[in-house]
This record gives sequence, C-alpha cells and structure tokens, in this order.
Amino acid sequence: MSWDSKLIDRAKEIIELYPQKRSALGPLLYLAQEKEGYIDDDSVVEISKLIGITEVQVRSVASFYTMYKQEPSGKYLLSVCKSISCEINNSKEVIDNIKEFTGLANNETDIESTFTFEEVECIGACGGAPAVQINYETVEGVTPTKALELCKYLKEEVPEVIVADELQDKFGGTKSFDWAIEDNSGTSSTAPGFQIIGTSEEK
Amino acid sequence: MKETLLLTKHMRENPENSHLIDVYEKNNGYSAARKVFKENNPGDVIEEIKTSNIRGRGGAGFPTGVKWGFLAEDEERYLVINADESEPGTFKDRILLERDPHQLIEGIIVTSFASNISKAFIYIRGEYAKPARRVQDAVEQAYEKGYLGKNIFDSGKDLDVVVHLGAGAYICGEETALLNSLEGRRGEPRLKPPYFPAVKGLYNKPTLVNNVETISSVPWIINNSGKDYAKLGVEGSTGTRIFSLSGHVNTPGNFEIEMGCSFGEFIDNFGNGIKENKSVKAYIPGGASAPWFTGEQLDIKMTIDDVANAGSMLGSGAVVVMDEDTNLVLAAKSIVSFFAHESCGQCTPCREGTTWLEMILERIASGRGRTSDIDLLLDVCDNISPGLAWPPQMTTICPLGPSAVSPITSLMGSFREEVESLLPKKVLINNE
Repeated sequence: MSWDSKLIDRAKEIIELYPQKRSALGPLLYLAQEKEGYIDDDSVVEISKLIGITEVQVRSVASFYTMYKQEPSGKYLLSVCKSISCEINNSKEVIDNIKEFTGLANNETDIESTFTFEEVECIGACGGAPAVQINYETVEGVTPTKALELCKYLKEEVPEVIVADELQDKFGGTKSFDWAIEDNSGTSSTAPGFQIIGTSEEK
Repeated sequence: MKETLLLTKHMRENPENSHLIDVYEKNNGYSAARKVFKENNPGDVIEEIKTSNIRGRGGAGFPTGVKWGFLAEDEERYLVINADESEPGTFKDRILLERDPHQLIEGIIVTSFASNISKAFIYIRGEYAKPARRVQDAVEQAYEKGYLGKNIFDSGKDLDVVVHLGAGAYICGEETALLNSLEGRRGEPRLKPPYFPAVKGLYNKPTLVNNVETISSVPWIINNSGKDYAKLGVEGSTGTRIFSLSGHVNTPGNFEIEMGCSFGEFIDNFGNGIKENKSVKAYIPGGASAPWFTGEQLDIKMTIDDVANAGSMLGSGAVVVMDEDTNLVLAAKSIVSFFAHESCGQCTPCREGTTWLEMILERIASGRGRTSDIDLLLDVCDNISPGLAWPPQMTTICPLGPSAVSPITSLMGSFREEVESLLPKKVLINNE
C-alpha cells in the first residue's frame, strides 16, 4: 500500500533530523515495517522517492540487516538467543520446545500469522540466559517449561501490547541485572517499539 | 572485595527512578555540564580526560583523551555514541542506557563542549528497544530543560542529539561500519586509511566515536578530577570498569570494580562461585572475540595489559564462565556460528572461512567428524589469520574474521584431546 500524507509528513520530519537525507533510511524502513509488518515493495518505492536514491539501493540496505523483514511476520516475533552464554545455559531446549509448540523451523511464520520464530545471536541478556525476545521486548531466565507457557499464553490471550516487565514476571527468571524501574512501555508491532522524537505520531 | 561505584552509584541509590531528570539533578546531576560552561575552557576538559588516562570501554582500549586530541578542525564535527553493544557476553551498556540515561547525556554535553560539536548521535542496537525508549525519553526531558537544543545552559552554544536505532548487525559495533550504517548504507567496515574517524568520519567530517561506558564516565571525571580517576585501578587500566559476568556462575550480573583483581577472585566474590559447586573448565575474559583461558589460569589479573600479556584481551569486559561439564566443541561452535552469521561478507577469508569453520565444528559435534578435521580447521584458521598469532594477523578489512579464529585456537591449544575424542581413530594399516 502506498503511504498516505500523514505517514509521508512523519517521514519528512524524520529526514529533517539528519544532516543528510540518506541517514533517515534506517528509521524509514522501520516506519514501513511498523505499518506493514515487513518491508513491502510499495514502501521501498516511497522511501526511494523521499530520500532520492534508487529502489535497489533501498533494498540493498534493507536486506543487509536482520531486523528488516523481507517477508510478512506473524503477530508475535519470537527470537530466541543461541549465543554463548545462552548456549551453555540450555537455550537449545528452549528452542526445541518453541519449535515443537509452534511447528516452525528457523525463520518461519505459521499459517495463521500468529508466530514467527527465529534463532538469533546475542541480545545482550547474557546474565539472564537463556533469553527470549517477543517483538524485541526482552524476557530473561526463560526455562524450557516457561517458554512453552509463554507460547500458550500468547496464543490464547493474544495480548495487543507486549510489555517486557509483565512477561518477565509471568515467564521469566534470573535477570541480567535488577530492572528496578517499573515500566509499562511496550510494543504493538514486530518493529521495535520506539518512536523518534519530534515526529508527530504519539505512542 | 567490594565494588567501587562511580557509574552505577546513582542507579543503585535510586533504584525506582534513577532514569528521571529530576532525580538525577537532585543527586548532583548535570553539575559537570554546568561546571564546564561556567569555566568555559574546552582545552582544560580535554586535559582532564587525558590526565584520567581512561581507555575506551568498547573493546579496543584506546586512550580516550588521545582520541579527542586527534579530532581535526572543521566547521562540521560530530559525536557518535556507540551503543551497538552486541559482543556475546556483554550487557554493561544496557544497564547504563536503561537505568542512567542522563549520565550519558551529560557526558555527551561535556564531550561536545570540549570538542566544539553541535550534533551528536546515539546509535543504539535495534534489539535494545526498551533501553532506546529510556534514552529517548531522557533526551526529551533534557530538551525541555534547555540542556539540549539551542543556547544550552545559556552558553550561546547549540547541541542536538538524535537517537538512532540500528537493525541487528553486530558488525556495526566496528566504528566505520557504524558510520556507514548511520549514513543509511550497508554496515560494512570502511577500508583504512583513512585510519581515524576523528579525521574522516560521518559524512567524511571529523567525528568522535566513543562507547557508552566511556562517555558515561566523563561527568565523574569532571566533577572530581582526572587525577582522582587515575588513582583508581592500576597503571594502564585506571578507573573503574563494569564487567558483565555470565555463564555457569551462581549470581551473574554487572559489577563495577577497579581493575586489578584476579579473575578467580572476581568469579568467587561476585559470581558466588560456580553452580552446583563445579570447577571451571575454561572462561572467556573479554567477550566472544577473546581467546579463552583455562580453569588453571584463574589468577590472571583483570587489567588490559595483564590479559594481553597472557595472550587474550579484556575487550568489552564480558566474562563468560564454563564449568567442568561444558561441551567445549559446542561452545566453540556457538561462537563461530555467531561470527559466520555476523560477517558482513566483504572479505572472502571471513565470509567463506567462518562458514567453513561452522560446518566442520558442526560435524565434529554431531559425531560425523573426520580424522583430518583438526588439520582442516587449523588450515582454514590460518587462511583467515596467518600464523594464528595473538594479537591476530589480518587478511581482512576488520577484525571480525580473526575473532572467529580465537575459539578454535583456544580449543586446540588447551583442549585438543576433547576434540580428538569425538573423531574416529586413525586406522593403522599394520596395526598389532
């Protein structure tokens, strides 16, 4: 779907933040992903026009980074860490359990578009290994059993907003450090829940 | 043995709301910024940082004051904060971003003042969505107070800060790759020369690229003095450092200490020993790129130079402990897979080599190894990093490829028997 004027205004505000237009490419790709769940062809066209580079240049950058999705994701993107600290703390069993529950292999999305599953590299939660992210919100100390419960919860309760603190209380364990600050912020798409300041759409 | 709290003091004393500007200010926050604007002598600030002898906390350990001194003259200069923390085992910047974002912003203000910079970027890895939100909120609060924006602190100077989200590429921690990424390009490290972003950096303009922990240390140094900072720790590794401890310890976490104690003391004291009272088989002293030490080498001191002399690096300050039951082939495979996945693909030795190493380790781990596999592993390693020396020789633009060699040389150096036990025995033609 092509971008409406509201979205284009927001994109222009983001471009304004940078000394050179092209620097806004990353943030604009997130804007597309927030809207469509992946980097769709129409967004590539819009972005190339806004920044003044070719569509191929946009795709070339988008395909370099793992967080820009080239295909539609499910409602919940489950990313399980398999790097060293998680690996030696049994992340394999967490991965196996999630795979079995969802029936998905690495980088697959189920037919109902509920889950996308991916094995990822270090997410900076090594003290709370094994760690999982749901739409880039981190939950630490997830045992293989808790991982199953987490999947069941998402499937049955279908929460609109993923709040890390809430899921940590329900399904997490050991944390990398004391999170202390009470935090209800979260995300409602498979793009990271982060808004650039100075742009019009509020959280 | 106790922690020395400089950077993590405020967050410890105000656990519920250390991220709010009012709370930060009540605890002496932004006093360093006020001080430098009042004294109005940028040269003094740089001198103070040089005196402190602080070395970059991102991994390379380059003296920060020297780096600042390199910054070339130009009308347009930039500061870029490297918050692309992705080295496996490392989670120390995350706590600084999540729980004390104003300390970082104050550091940015002071640094920008010292180097006459009016535009700064905080490049945070995309997976750190929550820390990025905290920093973004803090930036907004600082704008409202007039600490960022136009005429900050009524000094006549302007400073804009943009929080920029990465998108899942470890390689963007390499400073020139980060700059490419920030310019809206693929995160591929740049050819050197030019060697220093301080001369040709963002948009080919002089740019300071500093780690979160480094810049977060700046307010303390200004509030106290470079001399006071240099008194902490040991020569060559002054001040405190936040170490991330993970793996098979009872209590993992971030611990801020003066450099100089031994790894064994650190693991016993802060990690409260190994789970189920097991012993240490091996440990990684400074993130996944660093060669491992064995359980017999726990008395090595935690300083940049001691670790380097023992054949590894303190790197990002990530200590990963592996107990006696750890399958080290799988551990090495995990690290090699990481580098294979994160290779940007520019240089053949890295792109092809890391993938080969991953495949060979995979087949050894699953019992399908061949007797020739150890030689093959070492041969591939030698093609990525000739001579398998430490510090590594490079055949590539950046050190990512050689980093994938570290776990293999560690494995073959100290645990060769463990690998051999997984391989078929050599068949002797005339055996008895």
